[in-house]
Amino acid sequence: MKTVEYRHGPVWVIAEQIEGRVRAVSFQLIGHARKLADGLGTPVEVILLGESLDQQAQQVIASGADRVYLGDDPELAVYQPDVYTEIIVKLAQERRPEIMLLGSTFMGRELAPLVAARLRTGLTAHCIDLVLNENKILEQKVPAYGGLISITCPQKRPQMATVAKGVFPRPELDTGRMGEVVLLKVQKNIPRRIETIEIVREEPEGVPLESAAIIVAGGAGASDLEGWHTIAGLAQVMNAALGSTRPAVDEGWTELETMIGQSGKMVSPDLYIGVGLSGELQHMVGIVGAKVMVAINSDAKSPVFEQVDYGIVDDCRRFIPVLIEKIGEYRSEGRELNHGNQDER
Amino acid sequence: MLRIVVCVKAVPDPKEAGRIRIDPVSRALVRADLPLVLNPLDKNAMEAALELKEQFDAHLSVLSMGPPPAESVVTECLALGADQGYLLSDRALAGADAYATAYTLAKGIEKIGPADLVLCGRASSDGSTEWVGPELATLLDIPIVTMVKEIVECTGEWWKVKASLDNGYRVVRVKLPAVLTVTRELNIPRTLSFSGIIQARRKQITQWGIDDLDVPEEAVGLKGSPTIVSEMTTRESKRDVEMISGTREEMAERLIQELADAGFLSSS
Ligand SMILES: Cc1cc2nc3c(=O)[nH]c(=O)nc-3n(C[C@H](O)[C@H](O)[C@H](O)COP(=O)(O)OP(=O)(O)OC[C@H]3O[C@@H](n4cnc5c(N)ncnc54)[C@H](O)[C@@H]3O)c2cc1C
Repeated sequence: MKTVEYRHGPVWVIAEQIEGRVRAVSFQLIGHARKLADGLGTPVEVILLGESLDQQAQQVIASGADRVYLGDDPELAVYQPDVYTEIIVKLAQERRPEIMLLGSTFMGRELAPLVAARLRTGLTAHCIDLVLNENKILEQKVPAYGGLISITCPQKRPQMATVAKGVFPRPELDTGRMGEVVLLKVQKNIPRRIETIEIVREEPEGVPLESAAIIVAGGAGASDLEGWHTIAGLAQVMNAALGSTRPAVDEGWTELETMIGQSGKMVSPDLYIGVGLSGELQHMVGIVGAKVMVAINSDAKSPVFEQVDYGIVDDCRRFIPVLIEKIGEYRSEGRELNHGNQDER
Repeated sequence: MLRIVVCVKAVPDPKEAGRIRIDPVSRALVRADLPLVLNPLDKNAMEAALELKEQFDAHLSVLSMGPPPAESVVTECLALGADQGYLLSDRALAGADAYATAYTLAKGIEKIGPADLVLCGRASSDGSTEWVGPELATLLDIPIVTMVKEIVECTGEWWKVKASLDNGYRVVRVKLPAVLTVTRELNIPRTLSFSGIIQARRKQITQWGIDDLDVPEEAVGLKGSPTIVSEMTTRESKRDVEMISGTREEMAERLIQELADAGFLSSS
């Protein structure tokens, strides 16, 4: 057996599974971990905790992992904070990873700081990019104050970050890839001070944001609940998913689940229509690769207009009802709006 | 008696915070002297604590780390009904990241005395990492449930709560002492009453610096923070906007035409 000495510890991804299936964000992170690991000349190791995950472990390898630490036990089937933390911390103390990545999911948002504090290391929230600098230190990019800041963790290891789904692409599966699956012995007597007794899944109403082809997003400019309903009405006639900015959530017009951006959802619609929002970077980084972007804002000088393809300066509470009416007319007139000779595409 | 500590943060007014900018040349924070307010989600944590206090005759302390002006949010919490207020303030505490903040708050809680329950807002509006609650729990070596949206059972040693998850929620049993971070859905925060404001005037705020906390300077603030902000870049937008003008009707028609041409209005 040959042993290889690495200058850096491995790059880790803490994978997340729901009902025995590894989540998309975990695969995306493995894809990116591969790049970072190649930059460091070190392996990618994935920690996968759950039950009956043999098949999934193979997919994890095919996505770019060199080694999967698999905890396969009925007790791990759902996220149990104490048990998960203990397993990850113990293994991290042994393997000394250079980098540890988790998805910005509800689980990741709790588990990451639990692990980071135990390891007394730094943790960066909701990164929109992760790159190695010339000193092989991880630059963790986060939008702030109208620009991008880079956060680093120069001394402590691992360098930890959470990343939302959709920031990195899903890697191509390479079923020929070789990798090793290491079964973790699951310690039975980890004291539990928290117990998950039930997980209730609620399917969100309407078109899901992440897979929507059209998104209408509303912001503080909705002004009140009535204004918000007007924007929601546009989403409905456009067969669009309804997204939001943080003020709309703070005002209680909509749920946190609809928030797009750095600390919310990453979306990639074909068409994005932003209504009554200012184009703040923390929101805009959540929109990845939209083909067409439109903004409706009452302030002609709003920075949102520098980030879209079509801009309309108007009070959205007055403009949207007219737009909805005109869409109705357009549809009933068989797509012949103003007698121009547009060719159908 | 149930002993509760609510951790609160003074944040730049979120309604104005968009005005904070980094000067691309000097890299200094350009902020138009924004007023500090109580972090919105901490109001939900306060409300939960006040409801528990009414139910159980609990003792409620409020703890904040921040510059001297942060005293105003502690006063606000006293006016809402907290029994005691603590402000951890020291030049050495400045520049703390989530870990150094959690460490300092943990020291504060240890000095206040054993708490059965520590409540925090899910996130602050300015940092928005969501890390302080879980890291604080770890440093106190007690369990945590994040994103609590309902307290189902709150008697005895094991409490039962509902906490948000992606597309759903989990029902969790948690053993006290514990930390809970709370979401907006948990309750509707009460507003300040006149009598509360009057009563708050009689309550003292205890201020502690690093000597009172007996912590070394290297463990707190910027020095105690594992993460640093190393670089700042401005981002340029890549799109060439076409402004649509005219009457409201004309603008609507133009937009519909553009969207239809791009194939977005095909199905009704
Ligand atoms: C760490 C951190 C993370 C964050 N994460 C996110 C995130 O994930 N997602 C997010 O969205 N935000 C996030 N934010 C908040 C973000 O910085 C902005 O505050 C927010 O996106 C602004 O929302 P807005 O554009 O709706 O509001 P504003 O910036 O207040 O803009 C409102 C706009 O509406 C216009 N307007 C007003 N009235 C009307 C009207 N009648 N008709 C038409 N237009 C009108 C105004 O001209 C203005 O441009 C985060 C902040 C921090 C500090």
